[in-house]
Amino acid sequence: MDHASKAFYALLVLFFLGLSGWGLATAGPQGAIFALFAFLSIGGCLICIFEQSIVRSAFALMATFGGVAGLFLLLGASFLAMAQVLIYVGGILALILFGVMLSPPDLAERQLKRVIPMGALVGAAFAWIAFRVSSTMGSWAVLENLPEMQSHAREIGIGFLHPQGYLVAFELAAYLLTVALVAAVYVARRKKADLEALPTMVGGAGGAN
Amino acid sequence: MGLDAYLAVSVALFALGVICIVTRRNIIYVLMGIEMILNAANINFVAFNRFNGDGLEGRMFAIFVIILAAAEAAVALAIVLNVFHLFKSIKPSDIDLLRE
Repeated sequence: MDHASKAFYALLVLFFLGLSGWGLATAGPQGAIFALFAFLSIGGCLICIFEQSIVRSAFALMATFGGVAGLFLLLGASFLAMAQVLIYVGGILALILFGVMLSPPDLAERQLKRVIPMGALVGAAFAWIAFRVSSTMGSWAVLENLPEMQSHAREIGIGFLHPQGYLVAFELAAYLLTVALVAAVYVARRKKADLEALPTMVGGAGGAN
Repeated sequence: MGLDAYLAVSVALFALGVICIVTRRNIIYVLMGIEMILNAANINFVAFNRFNGDGLEGRMFAIFVIILAAAEAAVALAIVLNVFHLFKSIKPSDIDLLRE
């Protein structure tokens, strides 16, 4: 572990302590839980950007997706949290890990002299946007009379299948998924020429079969 | 926790996704950055849904975003597989067939 990563992880621990202290101070236990999930999602992204090894980055992304699922839970959307864990952590991350196997180990690819100035630039831009948005927020956010927290799985299902709901979009999404997955298999399959060349690659001499 | 806390997390996630896309030289990292950005959008959808009335539109949109992200990841990784096959590299700067 070199000095840069030591400093990075020390800063990450400080960030976690500060965030959970802020959460405890502002909203008590609920704030601390929010701070934990917010730290998981933001810290996962930070590690993903910082780490040199792409496998570590991919696993850090798992923390991000889990943290976002926790935020969904805190917002009362438990069905969505479950979908997030199933689809993102179980599906998309597994796909990304397959993609990682394509990537030759190139530890010099991440260069701090590129990451830090660009990060400062983008971070400053978004901090400005966040400031501008937060200064206009009180005018439209309805913060009182919050609805009760429920999973609403039944209402979501009815919304999907009701003709006045999202039936057309639901069917289109089904077609899209079918077409996209079949197309992905078609695009990613090994061509016939590769398969003919295969026995000499894996079978060694002779190329039996 | 009010709406502004969730929006702050969402802004941070979006900015980190953009940083991930513009600073790393590897297509897989670009895909990871896109997933971060989609997650930021999802947090926004669900948070606005919770803090503005009792409809379910935001959650439905978030579910559709997740569906589209799954399709996108599958197709994008298939394309990456082919790009690696063609160029023997998955750096975006190496894919310069049209330049010649």
